[in-house]
Amino acid sequence: MFTSFLIKYAEIGIKGKNRYLFEDALVRQIRIALGRCDGEFHVHKTQGRIFVDALSEFDFDEAVEQMKTVFGISGICPVVVVEDKGFEQLARDVIAYIEKVYPDKNKTFKVAARRSRKDYPMDSVEINMEMGGIILDAFPQMKVDVHHPDILLTVEVREKIYIYSEIIPGPGGMPVGTNGKGMLLLSGGIDSPVAGYMIAKRGVKIDAVYFHAPPYTSERAKQKVVDLAKLVSRYAGPIHLHVINFTDIQLYIYDKCPHDELTIIMRRYMMKIAEHIAEETDCLGLITGESIGQVASQTMQSLAVTNEVCRLPVFRPLIGMDKQEIVDISEKINTYETSVLPYEDCCTIFVAKHPVTKPNLGIIKKHEQNLSEKIDELVQTALDTDEVIVVE
Amino acid sequence: MLCMGNGYGSMIKEVYLDNSATTKCYDSVAQIVTRVMLSDYGNPSSMHMKGVEAEQYVRHAREVIAGTLKVNPKEIIFTSGGTEADNMALIGAAMANRRAGNHIITTQIEHPAVLQTASYLEDLGFRVTYLPVDETGVIRPEDLREALTPDTILVSMMHTNNEIGARQPVAEAGALIKELSPSALFHVDAVQGYGKDRIYPKRMHIDLLSVSGHKIHGPKGIGFLYKNERAKVNPIVYGGGQQAGMRSGTENVPGIAGLAQAAEQIYSDLGRECEQMYCLKEKFVEGVRRIPDVRVNGPDVRDGAPHIISVSFRGVRSEVLLHALEDKGIYVSAGSACASNKAAKASDTLRAIGLEKELLDSTLRFSMSVFTTQEEIEYTLQNLYEIVPMLRRYTRR
Repeated sequence: MFTSFLIKYAEIGIKGKNRYLFEDALVRQIRIALGRCDGEFHVHKTQGRIFVDALSEFDFDEAVEQMKTVFGISGICPVVVVEDKGFEQLARDVIAYIEKVYPDKNKTFKVAARRSRKDYPMDSVEINMEMGGIILDAFPQMKVDVHHPDILLTVEVREKIYIYSEIIPGPGGMPVGTNGKGMLLLSGGIDSPVAGYMIAKRGVKIDAVYFHAPPYTSERAKQKVVDLAKLVSRYAGPIHLHVINFTDIQLYIYDKCPHDELTIIMRRYMMKIAEHIAEETDCLGLITGESIGQVASQTMQSLAVTNEVCRLPVFRPLIGMDKQEIVDISEKINTYETSVLPYEDCCTIFVAKHPVTKPNLGIIKKHEQNLSEKIDELVQTALDTDEVIVVE
Repeated sequence: MLCMGNGYGSMIKEVYLDNSATTKCYDSVAQIVTRVMLSDYGNPSSMHMKGVEAEQYVRHAREVIAGTLKVNPKEIIFTSGGTEADNMALIGAAMANRRAGNHIITTQIEHPAVLQTASYLEDLGFRVTYLPVDETGVIRPEDLREALTPDTILVSMMHTNNEIGARQPVAEAGALIKELSPSALFHVDAVQGYGKDRIYPKRMHIDLLSVSGHKIHGPKGIGFLYKNERAKVNPIVYGGGQQAGMRSGTENVPGIAGLAQAAEQIYSDLGRECEQMYCLKEKFVEGVRRIPDVRVNGPDVRDGAPHIISVSFRGVRSEVLLHALEDKGIYVSAGSACASNKAAKASDTLRAIGLEKELLDSTLRFSMSVFTTQEEIEYTLQNLYEIVPMLRRYTRR
């Protein structure tokens, strides 16, 4: 019965003169999401509202699922659209609507009419009262509650008349592409895809970098990261995934630096490389899935030492979250199952039994001097052999 | 040796040493499969000519395969592969004979298709004895003798182990079973043995024998169970009653035709081809032993299967070595899944032969076929000489 959706959006409404930019981005993102569904849709802005009209047969659940991935949508209202053929016909349409949508009539309701076409013979207060009476006559079990109704039945009178009462919650946030681009360090674990999701939710477009260490990490580990990027891209849009071969750098650090500092020094070079790619691809910041204290390399001291190599801001949306909270989000966005597939990533292959937890920047820098002979060349080679996979 | 581009402009070799996982089809197999799919695509159950033609392929295949085993063609039941054949043998035999007894004997080093099915039968209330093996992977006949009881209805033993190539004394076991528990059925999983050895069920007192097509250069998705016509076995798949009711479902005619073609070809020159593989195996084992701290698992070269070599490299993680070899175009298998993965358990076979814990995750399987060349073996050894010392330098500390 529903052939249209009214799209509600929250924060865009307050964006002043830039508002149209946000609305256009939202329309664009909805079109991309619905492009993944069967059927044809018309997505359009009218009088400060975004409507989706189905132009062909479509799968209601599939379309709603897809729209739930579009950041910026706060609610999706399935709408019945009828021609204006007089109030009596409208009343019959509203009764039919309630009949179908609410099999259980033991509910309270309120009619909320909006009249944007001022030549309609009744004003909104009149519509509310008349329609309320007709509904009460048709369904004696229903009661009016103007403060906390179970059903808020909206009747919008425009060129056509829109009847809706349900709001399916959207993901919130802001349309992707309205807040620049960030470079996500994607590992294959649980945290980094969630971090990407959270930053994308604020309207940021995402690119990603993955550090591959063959033969220590397998093709399947790489495929897993591609799969994760794909899951994040459902929300964040197409992702350029940069695959960096990190093996030689890692082995060189292994040869030249104290073993308990391997991970922290490795992470400093990962940040340096990620920042380099970020700058070349117009990313405005780095994004990591770090959370304070989760592992040795994520203590405050370690984070500070890692952060020190970067000029760009590093965004860590999970910084204050517990593991379980992160897991909950990863389950919600469907990345958990893939994240826990047991393939080793390059952070764990040589990890020391007792890595430093309170690294001292001065000492780390001094040990990094052991690398001075070859490291620049190795980093350059890694950058030169960057493999870019477009994931969408 | 094939050559292929590695994406970086240069050419690297492809050396396929994972023939125990699966094999490349013979050209003749691919041809007959294509012909059946494109021209002779009838359903053998159809009454018209198209059906009769298809039935001819199945009939011919039964005859060819029965000929390799010296059994009656109607004793061949086509299945979707080795796993289904093993399931049919164990579940079908257990169900059909459950009034005669409740005891099943198998070994600790069977393929999961047997071990997991045995465990399912335990859940159903059957009692299962798992025979141990010696350090070369072979059972001791005394253990079998002791395990056999009047209550025993089925013994299931693999012909050739898929991980270390150990061969069980199948004929001796068969004789022992017929002597001590004449009513028990004897099942042999010959997925790795068929096409490498001549197996004659009637002489070896084998009642049930599982074979898979894709291990002998045939297609995937096809295999068969030899079932002695006197053996009581229930079907496990029910439906239209094809194959005398033993395995319902439209016959996989392209697969069956391909399987028969592969069986015919592999047995046509078996002795010479196995000798060729044994020579390469000897060469490889001798070469790999030049690397310090390696252990070649399983029986002596010529006591084991001609195509399987299991080697443990101390201090090297098998998964890493596998990928390093892959980088050189050499494809092998790890003896067990990576140790960092706590969910994956180490190989039952390697533990059953008492391999020390440290080596469980340092074991690779190299498995050859008739297509393997001396040049490929030398290339593989050369790469092992370079890679193993390099990997040993970088370890977790």
